[in-house]
Amino acid sequence: MNLAELRKKLLTAARAHPPGGDVPYAFEKRVMARLAEKPALDLFAIWNRTLWQAVAPCLAVTLFLGVWTFLVQRDNSRETLAADLENSLYAPLDNQTETW
Amino acid sequence: MADSAAVEWTDAELIAAVLNGETASFEPLVKKYQPRVFATARRYARRESEVEDIVQEVFLKAFQKLRSFRGDAPFEHWLMRLAVRTCYDFLRAHRRNREMSFADISDEESDWLERFGADPSGASEYAAAARELVERLLAQLSPAARLVLTLLEIEDRSVKEIAALTGWSVSVVKIRAFRARAEMRKCLEKLAREKYL
Repeated sequence: MNLAELRKKLLTAARAHPPGGDVPYAFEKRVMARLAEKPALDLFAIWNRTLWQAVAPCLAVTLFLGVWTFLVQRDNSRETLAADLENSLYAPLDNQTETW
Repeated sequence: MADSAAVEWTDAELIAAVLNGETASFEPLVKKYQPRVFATARRYARRESEVEDIVQEVFLKAFQKLRSFRGDAPFEHWLMRLAVRTCYDFLRAHRRNREMSFADISDEESDWLERFGADPSGASEYAAAARELVERLLAQLSPAARLVLTLLEIEDRSVKEIAALTGWSVSVVKIRAFRARAEMRKCLEKLAREKYL
């Protein structure tokens, strides 16, 4: 069985019989009637749209918080995170009032 | 504006009217292009109810996306791109329903295959059985393979045209065409095996 020849013949058959463009009666009226219907509520589309609308404000808030945090940290130059940690760790040892 | 009895409106004028809020002006566009869209849909769906659903979907999408039509190419080209992509979506949505075997081919198709096996020139490509067989074969392919082979081998479109119609890049079309031919070859081997030819 020559499969290449079979393939060629079958494709020629497909080309020789293109599908018709017959249209059911008044099909365009059906399409126009569908367009005139009120669209059903697409919750997913609404949720999607809301998320996209929230992107810009979220980015703005993120930027603002980032800049604010940076500026606040720069002002508190004496108290660094390392110093805070050290003070917290040694706080029990520095407590002179307690004795055995 | 939509009354075409006295005046023939151009596509651009009808589109402008629709975008201005005159929905009724869309009807002449539907009427003008529906035969072409029906012919396209019939390449990918067998049942007439499915064909009508596809065509309706194409025109609904065209109406919703009409604002994105820039007018630098004919409206028909834009509409046919939409039609091809809608047909592809249909194939993907119905891929589970693909026929998986050649066991239930008709007697006429079986006779045609036997005639071909005995003498390839004895089996006419104009026979109805040949047409049925190729439909069956195409129905077995994956959506992308079926789309690419239909456009490339049956409709004789260039790779560039297929890329424009589908939205795929030229290299993706070439890769899919290569895989589609391999898939078709496998289907033919399966057909030959199942029919003991």
